[in-house]
Amino acid sequence: MTYARAVAGTTYAFESLADLMAKASPLRSGDVLAGVAATSAQQNVAARMILADTPLKAFLSQALVPYETDEVTRLILDSHDASAFAPVASLTVGELRDWLLSETATPTALGRLAPGLTPEMAAAVSKLMRNQDLIMAASKCRVTTKFRNTIGLPGTMAVRLQPNHPTDDPAGITASILDGLLYGCGDAVIGINPASDNLSVLGDLSRLMDDLIQRFEIPTQSCVLTHVSSAIALIERGAPVDLVFQSIAGTEAANASFGVSLSLLKEGLDAGRSLKRGTVGNNVMYFETGQGSALSAGAHHGIDQQTLEARAYGVARAFEPLLVNSVVGFIGPEYLYDGKQIIRAGLEDHFCGKLLGAPLGVDVCYTNHAQADQDDMDSLLTLLATAGVTFIMGVPGADDVMLNYQSTSFHDALYVRELLGLKRAPEFEAWLGQLKITGVDGRLAPAAAGHPLLTAGA
Amino acid sequence: MSRLVPPDPWTALRRHTPARIALGRTGASLPTHEVLAFALAHAQARDAVHTAFDAERVAEAIEALGQSVLITRSAAPDRATYLRRPDLGRRLSNPDRDALTAAAKGAVDLVLVVADGLSSTAVHAHAAPLIAALLPLIRAEGWSLGPVVVAHQARVALGDEVGERLGARLVLLLVGERPGLSSPDSLGAYLTFAPRIGLTDAARNCVSNIRAEGLSYDQAAFKLAWLAREALRLGESGVALKDESDTAALPVARDLTDRRSL
Repeated sequence: MTYARAVAGTTYAFESLADLMAKASPLRSGDVLAGVAATSAQQNVAARMILADTPLKAFLSQALVPYETDEVTRLILDSHDASAFAPVASLTVGELRDWLLSETATPTALGRLAPGLTPEMAAAVSKLMRNQDLIMAASKCRVTTKFRNTIGLPGTMAVRLQPNHPTDDPAGITASILDGLLYGCGDAVIGINPASDNLSVLGDLSRLMDDLIQRFEIPTQSCVLTHVSSAIALIERGAPVDLVFQSIAGTEAANASFGVSLSLLKEGLDAGRSLKRGTVGNNVMYFETGQGSALSAGAHHGIDQQTLEARAYGVARAFEPLLVNSVVGFIGPEYLYDGKQIIRAGLEDHFCGKLLGAPLGVDVCYTNHAQADQDDMDSLLTLLATAGVTFIMGVPGADDVMLNYQSTSFHDALYVRELLGLKRAPEFEAWLGQLKITGVDGRLAPAAAGHPLLTAGA
Repeated sequence: MSRLVPPDPWTALRRHTPARIALGRTGASLPTHEVLAFALAHAQARDAVHTAFDAERVAEAIEALGQSVLITRSAAPDRATYLRRPDLGRRLSNPDRDALTAAAKGAVDLVLVVADGLSSTAVHAHAAPLIAALLPLIRAEGWSLGPVVVAHQARVALGDEVGERLGARLVLLLVGERPGLSSPDSLGAYLTFAPRIGLTDAARNCVSNIRAEGLSYDQAAFKLAWLAREALRLGESGVALKDESDTAALPVARDLTDRRSL
């Protein structure tokens, strides 16, 4: 099906719904690299005008990635909830934007709608939204998940404590964990990106974190961010695995490049749940995603990278994750060129994820070959915190010495808490108070020498 | 240190990690000197990416080791294009394709390529000294060596085309790695058997983090010579070739090649 319209004296034609979606996307380097981006500013607006008048139902009858050859498409369409979709079934994409921003779209209504929306619908409407729209609509979405604490409650923001070390040195990792805890971070997860893929090293890292969590009775969870098949092997060997991690993408072929399929993710979910290590809930999966991963794997099917990213959340939500993290600026400038593109993508990802019912956090980050700096990260962090982001990263001094990129720091988390009054997960907040890391107002207490936690780092 | 910001009581933990821990705080925020220290580190990393590649200087240093050098360019004409179009950084410019084909003098065992990659700082500092450490090992093996190719705006896969045109059994490409705040000058080395256009990173072996605070020239040269010998013996490189060279306690290179986008 082709789409065409005369706008300001010029007729613009788009060969398919996929082409229309790509041309309607705000400019980013990854879509240019893929050869799918709009070639003029006016073509971009014309595409958005046509997209605004496209019925939402079109996405149920026109699969952007073929149903027959892509299990992600089959998952999306086979699990679509028609009764949840009913309130918006007669709307166009443009009308969905109006509905989302109206008083009718309460947190309750948005929660009911989530299983009725496909990732492509979420992506489509996001392309018509300005940054303030993405913030406003996302701020009304509530996604709450549980393992040893409660993530995503209104007025809270959690932090993943990311204590990476270039050689997985246990004392080095412990030092960063203690630093983070003493700065009040770690409620989302204590999650290590290991340098090694050796199973005995990974098992040792799991035990290191489990020992700390047990010894100090910390109401949080741990994760070693290794391949799901390694997590399954660790569980079989008796390692104390809390969360099962995997990088995922929005097409079957891109997931295959990561060495995963939906059935393997299900095995990971079952293995994680079999341990019954959660105390207040059993959301055991931790997923990471990022715009551009499908193109990077040569598996983008001519679809723009933001739509494919939304499809990754369609994958994620099927496995009831505790956390989903868009690592927005990590992939590099050939996908998101500068601070402006990274900021836009971070807000889109957060909105689409939340609208679809996924507990979206964002790794507010950049690499040193991108045109971005700390000021851009401050902007994105502040915008996401106002939008109600579920969690952010906490990296010592914002400098990840293993992955060689810059993320957000423990200090950054303190900044947005102070600025916006955001609390931590309630169980973790109470623990910090009990250990006198925080005072009665939730702010950090003056650091005292001889804190009991420091006995773990001697 | 500022007189207004007390140190964190756990500064002793810093000896365990290069991570920026125990920074202290003023309210919720970083102390001034930490903000400036970070800014300097970021400036070093940015300059490593954007400092113009002095190929002539690198070529002179390699020629001083008794090797002939060819200076080439990828199909990416400048840094801005290079950063946006990784595909262009993986192919030679049109004139250099012909030049390399003309320079080929029959099959050789090994071709060395020096690519600026994402850190010309790393290449300026480490490429010639690493080659100096490699040459005695190459001579000891009796391997024939083609001209050393120094390439502007080049990514790892450029070595495939270079090696193919020069008739190399093996290509070893040295490249400036994506700079981190703590490592603006890290050199990587990628070894590929039977190089030809279209190979993926699964066909390569990588030794990374070659710099003063990481892997020394001698350690890296030893590892690379071991890998080259095994690749020639097995008739392949990449996932089928596991690094079992005996240098102890080396940092483990994490396979991030897809995301480092070299």
